[in-house]
Amino acid sequence: MNVVFVLWLREVKKYLRSRVQIVASLGGPLMYLGVLGFGLGPVFQRAGEGSYLQFMAPGVIGMAVLFTAMFSGIAMLWDRQFGFLKETLVAPVPRLAIMIGRTLGGATVAVLQGTLIFVVTLIAGFRPVSVLTVPLAFLLIALIAVVFAALATAIGSTIKEMQGFQMVMNFLVMPIFFLSAAIYPLEGLPRVLAALTRVDPLTYGVDGMRGLLTGRAHFGVAFDVAVLVAVGVLFVAAGAWRFSKIEA
Amino acid sequence: MSDRPILRVHHIVKSFGTVLAVNDVSFDVRPGEIFAFLGPNGAGKTTTIKMLTTLLRPTTGSLELDGLDVTMHPTEVRKRFGVVFQDPSLDGELTAWENMDIHGVLYHVARHARRARCEVLLRMFELYERRDDLVKTFSGGMKRRLEIARGLLHTPRVLFLDEPTLGLDPQSRNQMWTHVRNLRATEGVTVFLTTHYMDEADRVADRIAVIDHGRIVATGSSAELKQQTGTDSLEAAFLALTGTTIRDESATAADQMRQVARVWRR
Repeated sequence: MNVVFVLWLREVKKYLRSRVQIVASLGGPLMYLGVLGFGLGPVFQRAGEGSYLQFMAPGVIGMAVLFTAMFSGIAMLWDRQFGFLKETLVAPVPRLAIMIGRTLGGATVAVLQGTLIFVVTLIAGFRPVSVLTVPLAFLLIALIAVVFAALATAIGSTIKEMQGFQMVMNFLVMPIFFLSAAIYPLEGLPRVLAALTRVDPLTYGVDGMRGLLTGRAHFGVAFDVAVLVAVGVLFVAAGAWRFSKIEA
Repeated sequence: MSDRPILRVHHIVKSFGTVLAVNDVSFDVRPGEIFAFLGPNGAGKTTTIKMLTTLLRPTTGSLELDGLDVTMHPTEVRKRFGVVFQDPSLDGELTAWENMDIHGVLYHVARHARRARCEVLLRMFELYERRDDLVKTFSGGMKRRLEIARGLLHTPRVLFLDEPTLGLDPQSRNQMWTHVRNLRATEGVTVFLTTHYMDEADRVADRIAVIDHGRIVATGSSAELKQQTGTDSLEAAFLALTGTTIRDESATAADQMRQVARVWRR
């Protein structure tokens, strides 16, 4: 238990110390919020869909959580290259404890980052329909964080080269973001796109948050939570399995 | 010194596909000894250390540490050794103290003992004043010292040092060996080290195993090796035993990258 805690704490400490990185990581979401949010706003309005900022704010929060969670897991490649991973692998503790500590640490960092972006969206003019549902939205944020931190652990345990990181960003993280419901509504999509959005776990995360914060969910919050929990269990198991196979 | 060897390596073989990295290696290390594995890059030194530290399984053969079979009881064995790998394994974004503390938790050292031990070791390795600085601000020599201090935190029976002076300047090197020699007196720990610097093996080790192409070609004290080969320097003895001098120029691409990475991260 101590082992899980100390490795969790390591991730959180490192996040809180990397001020520059925190500021830099605000860039992406701010650009989406500013450029897309305000740029596409008028079109969205004319299409009779209401405020685009209201619509996409949960999507941008989801994006921040996705990126941070994936990034923290992929940081394992860094640890592998520069050694700290080995220090934990020769310690007399179960691999599972190491994996859980790292993954929960990454997920926590993603929640912190999501919270930061939430505040930013509020400053930009996003208004949740009710204060009461906000804590529930954090449950969704936490679920998204665990799902993708675990996925990143599985990937980070499998690929060895730093170059793999770029592959993951381009062929996994960006598609996960664009195929989720983060920036467009799920209604009336072409069939192929509709199918793809439905295999993307982030779709359910964003949909659930949207339901709680704006009262507009496509699948229903309960369904979204159920899907995320199921995927989360699957990914944590996959992450634990892959992590147990690491050879130094 | 007691009779039972602290390390017993019995006919180990490790192959990667068709490549035989370690080819039928056997040796014993006595408690309290400083034992050096001397050989060129690619001789199988690191592979042997990885097997002894449970990171790799031997293809055949058996390894024992403090009477415990390494492959059968990895967790028990892990409690009994400390290791400093060839590549640094510190977290540069954490302070020296935090790196030590995490290690203590990973090795189940109780809180009080952990604090006391961290302090003793950081003082011993002259890092106590810098304990709250981020490790990424440390010099190469300081990082190595911190790694050794960390490896000793859980009072291991054996300390493995894989090329501990690689990439260090001569002063840091000297300082490193002074520390290592003092360990026997202060900690009573057995030291197993690898090096490809003959003068270092000559000066520091009680006994030396010369390894080349995955095989041990001779074992003994520096004096014994010289006597055995009828030479007057370890360098000449090495030449007589292996038919070559240490092939530094044949370092692999990975070794070179490692060197670059080290310089970079100073």
